[in-house]
Amino acid sequence: MTEEIIIAGFGGQGVLSMGKILAYSGVMENKEVSWMPSYGPEMRGGTANVIVIISDERISSPIVNSFDTAIILNQQSMDKFEKTVKPGGILIYDPNGITRHPGRKDINIYTIEAADEASKVGLSKVFNMVVLGGYLKLKPIVQPEYIRKGLEKSLPKRHHGMIPENEKAIDKGKEIIKAVHLLN
Amino acid sequence: MKELRLMKGNEAFAEAAIRAGADGYFGYPITPQSEVMEYLMAEKPEERTGMIVLQAESEIAAINMVYGGAACGKRVLTSSSSPGVSLKQEGISYIAGAELPCVILNVARGGPGLGTIQPAQSDYFQSTKGGGHGDYKMLVLAPSSVQEMADFAGLGFELAFKYRNPVLILSDGAIGQMMEKVELDEQRPRFTDEEIKNNTPWATTGKTKDRERNIITSLDLDSYKQELHNLDLQAKYREMEKNETRYEAISCDDAEYLIVAYGTSARLSQKAVDLLRAEGIKVGLLRPITLFPFPTAVIAKLADQVKGILTVEMSAGQMIEDVRLAVGCRVKVEHFGRMGGIIPSPTEIVDAMHKKIIGG
Amino acid sequence: MAEITKEELRQPENLIYKKTDLLTDKPLSYCPGCGHGTAHRIVMEVLDEMGIQDQTIGIAPVGCSVLAYEFMNIDMQQAAHGRAPAVATAVKRLHPEKFVFTYQGDGDLAAIGTAETIHACNRGENIVIIFINNGIYGMTGGQMAPTTLPGMKSSTSPYGRDVATMGNPLKITELIAQLPGTIYVTRQAVHTPANVRKTKKAVRKAFENQKLNKGLSFVEIVSNCNSGWKMTPRQSNEWMVENMFPFYPLGDIKVND
Repeated sequence: MTEEIIIAGFGGQGVLSMGKILAYSGVMENKEVSWMPSYGPEMRGGTANVIVIISDERISSPIVNSFDTAIILNQQSMDKFEKTVKPGGILIYDPNGITRHPGRKDINIYTIEAADEASKVGLSKVFNMVVLGGYLKLKPIVQPEYIRKGLEKSLPKRHHGMIPENEKAIDKGKEIIKAVHLLN
Repeated sequence: MKELRLMKGNEAFAEAAIRAGADGYFGYPITPQSEVMEYLMAEKPEERTGMIVLQAESEIAAINMVYGGAACGKRVLTSSSSPGVSLKQEGISYIAGAELPCVILNVARGGPGLGTIQPAQSDYFQSTKGGGHGDYKMLVLAPSSVQEMADFAGLGFELAFKYRNPVLILSDGAIGQMMEKVELDEQRPRFTDEEIKNNTPWATTGKTKDRERNIITSLDLDSYKQELHNLDLQAKYREMEKNETRYEAISCDDAEYLIVAYGTSARLSQKAVDLLRAEGIKVGLLRPITLFPFPTAVIAKLADQVKGILTVEMSAGQMIEDVRLAVGCRVKVEHFGRMGGIIPSPTEIVDAMHKKIIGG
Repeated sequence: MAEITKEELRQPENLIYKKTDLLTDKPLSYCPGCGHGTAHRIVMEVLDEMGIQDQTIGIAPVGCSVLAYEFMNIDMQQAAHGRAPAVATAVKRLHPEKFVFTYQGDGDLAAIGTAETIHACNRGENIVIIFINNGIYGMTGGQMAPTTLPGMKSSTSPYGRDVATMGNPLKITELIAQLPGTIYVTRQAVHTPANVRKTKKAVRKAFENQKLNKGLSFVEIVSNCNSGWKMTPRQSNEWMVENMFPFYPLGDIKVND
């Protein structure tokens, strides 16, 4: 098994930390992982993205240009990364703020209204966990118990009180993810 | 027992340096390597091992602090990124001239000038052909994973003290910033005063009655003596070439074509090798781990076996000169690379292999 | 008074002046009349009297005193031009129990090494800086220094230092005295026995400060460069008193006890 994922959105949406939790969870499950962020001024309010690879085998390149899954959280990232999803792969996006929806017919497309849902239930801080939950429903590549351990590892100790909230957000994400285009 | 962690390359290097028994780190912030000093400051190594961490006023001051610490027989290091490493060149030349051991990390970015903060491999010439003034060589290690970022901190000190020579770890922004699993060694004790006295009798630790004074200098106004010193240095570099050449050969046994790449480019090229082999083309990857000494002999040998060689570098092509020197005119050697902080994709490498080597 | 013969003069009982053991037997490479030799001797006498030869690490600069390690019988490092305070910083941080000093000229300390000087002083490194200010680059053949006086001739200001284009002389000692990291800042000279005694007292105080972990002590010694100034030693000392001292007045600038 090798899963190559790109997560892309605005800086501040928790793109990098979402990737981190996935990567940590992969480590907990004894898989090979790599987490390759975009870095620099982009991170400060501009677009941010991270490539996460989780695999049963040694990872050759931490940087790839086509992905099994793309998680897209703003329009710029949609423009840039829709085309990078491998045929048969998955694209998940939050329609909030998206003006040009994805149109590919050779991939599976899902929406997750995470921003809306998160603010509705007062979980805007854990918006990214809602998205992560949606992804994990489609691709349960890591077990829930390892996600918890991943949260413990990636969150600073002072934020460990927020772990239940994060888990709730993940569950919410699993509930609200919707298919908009499926290959048979 | 080894400890498994998920870390950025920069952090892994910093943690490994503490565990390697480093005595002092001196640095100056610059993207994309600032995590090294940030990590060290947060870790409070002074409490863990007694290691000191100091933010210097400049890269110039930092490398000269390294000079001072190394001259005392201590395990000292600094880190920077390309423009900062340029500033350090004077100090590095002095360190090489005075034959002092130290570890220097370059988490390289694109240039020239202020360039870009994104990763590049355009400091190969600077790293392997001198950089500063005078005839000298650093031992240059090129990590291609977070694990090697950690491993080379300890290995770097070992080699630096073995040869009384600066060791450069030439990394880049991609390896510095990415996270991978890393196995960390156990804490190694720092040198005791007794060990320093015995292992580095040349160190300036205060002139006691039982010995002559120790002087650390790179100066000799007597040209004949200076030439002898230069000859000694050259003999030492030949010794390094004999003993310390390191490389990794991947899928080379049956290879009909070869890629030579180090660091990040080697990781990308490894994927390209997989893709090309899936097409039925027998391609191997030779990854130099030491850039000086360069794995000339093994490349020369492979040149007799393969029909063409592609070097992949995130530069305009620098290492290719060493590959061509190794190969002579026996087979075609071409370069593929991206610049300006752009990381080539594995499929671009596959295309270049087809266009420049297989089809060309 | 009876005539004393050379033979008698050499007898140990008639010895009244002796080179300190902390100076080597190597003949000084400084020009006859230069103040460096006296300054070297003062520093070495102080180390000798304090009994800290085996605990002291000295840092030599680039400039006339680049070869200080040939004359000072202690462990020494030779630093890149201007970087001695950075080098000393690391030595002291890694060996807080040792005594560490730099010995630097004006070009080294106040031009190319200004940043290292100011920041080591500002961090309050617990070291001693001995600063020889003779207003000129001696080693390289008499070029203008940061401390060259207005109108003063040098090989790169052959018509005299024109402050409009060449800038003003830098009173770096007054500058660093402003910094909270410095504990003791003083300006002395070595051209008369009385000044030698005062300078020795200042150097002793500086090393005593280091012993007490008080912070950075900075001793400037205004000195002559008869070769660079193109004068006889005597003329140069007179010129120094008349011209240098009014601009660089002697005495303590900062004493925090």
